[in-house]
Amino acid sequence: MTKEKTMQKTKSANPHRRKALSAKAADKLRSVLYLTPSVVGVSLFFILPFFVVVYYSLIRSPINPEFVFLENYKNVLGNSSFQTAVNNTLKFSAMAVPLAVILSLALALMLEEKIPFKSQFRTFFLSPIMVPVASVVLIWQVLFDYNGALNEFVATFGLDKIDWLKSEYCLGVITVLYLWKNLGYNMILFMAALANVPQELLEAADVEGAPGWYKFFAIKLRYLSPTVLFVTILSMINSFKVFREIYLLTGKYPYEGLYMLQHFMNNTFASLDYQKLSAAAVLMAIFMVGLIALLFKIEDVFGKDVEG
Amino acid sequence: MKEKLHKKKKHLAGKIITVIVCALFAFLFIMPTVLTITNSFMEQSEISSNYGKIFQNFSGGSKTYISDKVTLKFIPDKVTLSQYITALIKSPDYLFKFWNSVILVVPIVIFQVATAALAAYGFTRWRGKFRSFMFFFYVILMLMPYQVTLVPNYLVSDWLGILNTRWAIIFPGMFAPFSVFLLTKFMRRIPVSLIEAAKLDGAGEWQIFTRICLPQCRSALYSIAMLVFIDYWNMVEQPIILLPDADKQPLSVYLSTINAGEVGVAFAVATIYMIPTLLLFLHGEEYLVEGIAHQGSVKG
Repeated sequence: MTKEKTMQKTKSANPHRRKALSAKAADKLRSVLYLTPSVVGVSLFFILPFFVVVYYSLIRSPINPEFVFLENYKNVLGNSSFQTAVNNTLKFSAMAVPLAVILSLALALMLEEKIPFKSQFRTFFLSPIMVPVASVVLIWQVLFDYNGALNEFVATFGLDKIDWLKSEYCLGVITVLYLWKNLGYNMILFMAALANVPQELLEAADVEGAPGWYKFFAIKLRYLSPTVLFVTILSMINSFKVFREIYLLTGKYPYEGLYMLQHFMNNTFASLDYQKLSAAAVLMAIFMVGLIALLFKIEDVFGKDVEG
Repeated sequence: MKEKLHKKKKHLAGKIITVIVCALFAFLFIMPTVLTITNSFMEQSEISSNYGKIFQNFSGGSKTYISDKVTLKFIPDKVTLSQYITALIKSPDYLFKFWNSVILVVPIVIFQVATAALAAYGFTRWRGKFRSFMFFFYVILMLMPYQVTLVPNYLVSDWLGILNTRWAIIFPGMFAPFSVFLLTKFMRRIPVSLIEAAKLDGAGEWQIFTRICLPQCRSALYSIAMLVFIDYWNMVEQPIILLPDADKQPLSVYLSTINAGEVGVAFAVATIYMIPTLLLFLHGEEYLVEGIAHQGSVKG
């Protein structure tokens, strides 16, 4: 935003002075112009309105703009559906994100071996990214319905049927769907990073007779740490998108255990409660920035002697 | 010698296990997609007898189903295109929604990639503290979930009076920072010497941009366009909030509202909806892989 202003200033600088600018500065100015469309768009649709969101979160209502400071935040934090949503979302992310990181790394490591059908395997693992959630939801229904295929399978072992999407298992089921969709993408990121691990180091370790686990933890993982960070962040963002699966499978009002933050936002949009919406959005933004900063810190500690 | 042989044997066993595990995963990954596609070629009666028990609850009990067992079948008893005929000709609703998806997603892809190409060039050519700060800002924005960004999007759309029109989705989509981030990473790999040489030959910035940077990034542009397309083709959150008008919603949202009496058609529509992304995937898997691989880390 301040960027825009400085840009306007430089643009309107008078031609005499511009001549006096060194060629380098003129270059700089021109390349700044290339940023303009994007910066204007981003400011207009994301950043400026976000300041309004912050403002809305601090006042009583748009009609009665009296500052109430943290009252809206207190209301949101005390709201029982918000608490349920946060609780479920965190529970889901805490379960799904580590699994997404570990399993995709495992897949990448397996494909690093010299095995047959490698490229076919990669294609298969990656294929879910091209399947729109809406297209595959029917199959999920067929599998996880109370009368569905999975329960039929369970029944052959003489076990009781489970209502997968309406019981304590629901987050587990959603985790499976999430992993199905996201593992391939993460795996590609890890494969690229593994390809960049210096071969000399691994060969040296081989000569020394180092076991596989040592090569993994002492060499590969160190070089992978920026990727682990990236995949963790990406998996987290995608874990918030799992709303799609839940919404398309179970509609607007899912089983309570599947009520996510996005459901809360939707319902609040429906009631047009700007104060609640704004406060919730600001809280989420603060939380995300904090979390990303924390992950960066962790990565700094573990990966500082390796520049990726 | 013996020890070496033993080691080799162990290694071979490890490989076999790896292949088996991979094959198992591959089956699990591909199964839902294959089932969707093959089921779309089944007759309504076969669908009913396979899944009757699951979907009967929804159809109000108006139909009686023969079987009370659920059977997952990969190969139809009789291959038929009847579901496709129903989906495409008898109920134009699906085609309308498909078209809705197209006119939402295509402009987003084109404009997002175009603005991103310009911005990425700006970020590549212009370095400095402030640039790093701004790039970091884009990254943070890219990492914000919909729960955060949809609120400002909604407010702007409301002010501009475009809420509940396609523009409410297209405009924010055009400026989403993901492409800027990824394309900047690609453009940084263009050797500076190439640009310097062009400048010595008297090329202006625009010429450097169009004659050097864009051709050098051609495959990157493809892969980013694909990733953006796949992402928006799958959109659900934005239309629910910014475009509640059911007539204008994309198929990605509408598909789930097809009621249970039409499960057979639903499989056909689901398959039709997959076709564009499937073709992109089959045609450009390498580009996709490259596009994903280049994200690497968040640091600029």
